[in-house]
Amino acid sequence: MAKSEAVKVVGAWSSPFAMRPLIALKIKSVEYECLEEEIGCKSKFLLKSNPIHKKIPVLIHGDKLVCESLIIVEYIDEVWSSAPSILPSDPYDRAIAKFWAAFVDDKFYPSMKESNTGVGEEAKKAGLEKMVDGLALLEDAYVKCSKGKPFFGGNQLGYLDIALGCFLGWLRVTEKSLQTKLLDEAKTPGLVNWAESFCAHPAVKDVMPQTDQLIEVSKTVAKLRAASAPPK
Amino acid sequence: MMRRRVEIVCSHAYYSCIKIGIYTTWWKAGMAEESVKLLGYWASPFALRVHWALKLKGVLYEYMEEDLPNKSTLLLRYNPVHKKIPVLVHNDKPLAESLLIIEYIDEVWKQNPLLPDDPYERAKARFWVKFFDEKCASEIMAAFSSKGKEQEKAAIARENLKTLESALQGKPFFGGETIGFLDIAVGWIGIWARIVEEIVDVNLIDAETMPLLIDWSKKFLEVPIIKASIPPWDKLLEHNKGFHKILTVAST
Repeated sequence: MAKSEAVKVVGAWSSPFAMRPLIALKIKSVEYECLEEEIGCKSKFLLKSNPIHKKIPVLIHGDKLVCESLIIVEYIDEVWSSAPSILPSDPYDRAIAKFWAAFVDDKFYPSMKESNTGVGEEAKKAGLEKMVDGLALLEDAYVKCSKGKPFFGGNQLGYLDIALGCFLGWLRVTEKSLQTKLLDEAKTPGLVNWAESFCAHPAVKDVMPQTDQLIEVSKTVAKLRAASAPPK
Repeated sequence: MMRRRVEIVCSHAYYSCIKIGIYTTWWKAGMAEESVKLLGYWASPFALRVHWALKLKGVLYEYMEEDLPNKSTLLLRYNPVHKKIPVLVHNDKPLAESLLIIEYIDEVWKQNPLLPDDPYERAKARFWVKFFDEKCASEIMAAFSSKGKEQEKAAIARENLKTLESALQGKPFFGGETIGFLDIAVGWIGIWARIVEEIVDVNLIDAETMPLLIDWSKKFLEVPIIKASIPPWDKLLEHNKGFHKILTVAST
């Protein structure tokens, strides 16, 4: 495997999933080129690079194409194995990190989506309740995984930090639009501190979008969605 | 050095393929004392995946059958987040989610590797396993459980199974010359898809459009270690007929 082959990431600055490989590459100090996709418009290049899911991110490493953000992060960790490790070295800790990352993708993220774009107030409220429950579980997981250190990965940013942390921007958008506090010193003190450490990390701060920029994106996406909805 | 492998598998009723007692095969002299338990359900394809992984690795384990309508306090303690089987408990450390469990088994017990060494090949295997669970298995489940939309969901499942077939790339197994991670993850489809086809009257694994997938499935299910763990067809069919009734009443 030629580590020195060119690395490109097909992504979008506002996508939490596309942020994951960028953070991983920065942790490994690997140079890469960003191929930015436009919102609401998939390029022919993306459709060719990921014909099955037609989604970002896609990692292009030489002539290899890797899709699915967490699979990409693991690939990066395995190829550039000598730089700081992203996944824990112990198999059990590794499995636990993956368990919670899967929880983030399969439960937490859908609840966040529901709270923002669910049809009707009831659906949004249900999404919000699930988010609150999810954060309580993640707070516990943080206490157990971090063992008193700043990150889920311990002293260093790891797989689960990346899996969850990429949603912090959109979490703040949710807090503003629903006028509620989700990361809260009383209920999730660990995650409040963790979020600050995460966003200040050198591998994160240049790729984490500002909340106001994301609010503008959510308005654009809502307009596009309304425009493409079938007439009533 | 005398080598015998001893596999102790204990089961409660229903799982007729796993007998109560001791099978003597090979023993690895000097093996450290380890405790491996699997909480499962006899008719669960997700639990079956883990059985396959453990058996392919020759791992000693104790099987504990869950009565799913009345989940045990042990299951709820070991998997408080999802409250589901399978759960692997290795030296009192519980782990849930079948695919994570299989990767863990592969990392702890190095014999008969399931995932390839090369990072790109590993990424491809993980990609296809995720694709299968999210786009094939879920659509088959949807065809099975949604009254009135069976044909629509089955058509999507067929299209996605055809896409999955392309991952074989002319090899006998998804793992190449021998069974690998993707084979174990997908392998139950040859049984369960046929059960769904019979109960719901849909076409899932299509002989005309997926000949390679059918060939692979026949080969996979004939591998002795794989075949020995499969629950009896009649019992599975009867069980799933009952399950289908419950699901379709719930969806009306």
